[in-house]
Amino acid sequence: MSDLSSLTIAAARDALRRGDVTAADLTEACLREIESAGALNAVVHHTPDVAREQAARADARLRDGDAPAMCGIPLGIKDLFCTKGVASQAASGILKGFRPEYESTVTAKLWDAGAVMLGKLNMDEFAMGSSNETSIYGNAVNPWRAKGSDAPLTPGGSSGGSAAAVAAGLCLAATGTDTGGSIRQPAAFTGITGLKPTYGRCSRWGIVAFASSLDQAGPMTRDVRDAAIMLQAMAGHDPHDSTSADIPVPDFEAALTGDIRGTKIGIPREYRVEGMPPEIAQLWDDGAEMLRDAGAEVVEISLPHTQYALPAYYVIAPAEASSNLARYDGVRFGHRAKLAPGDGITEMYEKTRAEGFGAEVQRRVMVGTYVLSAGFYDAYYNRARKVRTLIKRDFDEAFAAGVDAILTPATPSAAFGLGEMASADPVQMYLNDVFTVTVNLAGLPGISVPAGLDRRGLPLGLQLIGKPWDEAGLLNHAYALERAAGFTARPDRWW
Amino acid sequence: MSIDTATAAKVAKLARIRVEDDALPALAAEFNTILGFIEQLGEVDVEGVEPMTGVTPIRLKRRDDVVTDGNQQAAVLSNAPDAREGFFAVPKVVE
Repeated sequence: MSDLSSLTIAAARDALRRGDVTAADLTEACLREIESAGALNAVVHHTPDVAREQAARADARLRDGDAPAMCGIPLGIKDLFCTKGVASQAASGILKGFRPEYESTVTAKLWDAGAVMLGKLNMDEFAMGSSNETSIYGNAVNPWRAKGSDAPLTPGGSSGGSAAAVAAGLCLAATGTDTGGSIRQPAAFTGITGLKPTYGRCSRWGIVAFASSLDQAGPMTRDVRDAAIMLQAMAGHDPHDSTSADIPVPDFEAALTGDIRGTKIGIPREYRVEGMPPEIAQLWDDGAEMLRDAGAEVVEISLPHTQYALPAYYVIAPAEASSNLARYDGVRFGHRAKLAPGDGITEMYEKTRAEGFGAEVQRRVMVGTYVLSAGFYDAYYNRARKVRTLIKRDFDEAFAAGVDAILTPATPSAAFGLGEMASADPVQMYLNDVFTVTVNLAGLPGISVPAGLDRRGLPLGLQLIGKPWDEAGLLNHAYALERAAGFTARPDRWW
Repeated sequence: MSIDTATAAKVAKLARIRVEDDALPALAAEFNTILGFIEQLGEVDVEGVEPMTGVTPIRLKRRDDVVTDGNQQAAVLSNAPDAREGFFAVPKVVE
């Protein structure tokens, strides 16, 4: 890993402003790292020409003294974001060749702030997966390996390429999206920080939709300060997304005092799930102790509907996906199947979607179709939405009782082996999201912070959950936890 | 609730995804696994609970009912698998 490509955003920002380094230097360092990291399969569309042009513009702005915090910072962009004129495929065969005529709001804001796009990053197809193994590009690979083993591990999913790229020093930070844990789980698996903001904090416009009531973009970074800086540039109301909140965006970095004395941290007893590995339980206890040492009061709380979050999610998310993915019909963009003589429009739809969608996407679209179909809508979809109300109410009551943030493990295990879940049934894979999915259902902000290594030397993360719109307070708690945990381990380079 | 191959075929048809006949039993089995998992929702007492429609009680913003965009035919058609004479082209729909 080069020194420049492994900088934090904050360090690079300060060096750029001092004139110690140029955006062109940072960009070239990252491009070189990407060139030599093919084995990670993290970057799936390379955009060195775009990067060099943006870096030159950033350097001009820096010389003029007009330099927002993200100016000159080289980023990787998840393939789910539409980037004008640059392939944006959501890691799906059905969007092969798609080059959007428009830019997503979040990436447009990052470019306006002077950031540099190095390329598009691998992910699970349409963000449906927890291991990056549903990608049309083949899976990204975790830069971490267990001690004494060269078995390839998953970087997690769906934002697995983003996580691998940040952990391996291919870029300073990356965008991710999180529908059920897709920022926080890969961040935990790769020893980086991943923040899912409150639903509505970032515009969803121009991000390929999976489940519209759950999807939210967020930063994936080396540390908490970088998450604050990058979120600042990504957040804000957008007239193109009616669900983006028209409320002020506070100065997130200024909130990082590390002082959490007198705040109250909730430990939800329902998250102590059966069969929790002792290392995860220990990490969780250690995290609570660190926050207590930092002056917070740690209290046990109850979120009684927790166990119903995953089943509710696996009704709501597929239902919304089946509706969102109806647009991939071979007419307006992407793949169209070759038709046989006599085939009509229905054959065109059916063959196009069978060829273009991978197995997991097909499965979820069909489950969604089923739960929305006549006679089952109330039994499944409406019931799941009512359960969602109850899950949100659990959190509302905890916060109303004075809890400022909630501490949980980020994942039920460290990164697992690629291919290890191949023979498991789909539900086994879904269990990866057990600690993260509640947060999407309730629309809350959540952050995964690297907090330790397991006995095989693999990173483990803790999750903090915040009050709606209180990313500032959440980031400050995460900052305190980060300082106490002192996680500095980096993967040994093998790629 | 158990899904048989006929139901699986019907769902595939509704979803407009071609599934070959020999793949239907495996698909039905997967549906049953997933539906078995979500069946737990039946245990929850949801009497009197309103379905959640939004995360925060913010009223959707309204905007003036005016044209804000348009005249972008080339951009709209640029990614079409088949576009002719300014239109999306598809197999014959009407006899």
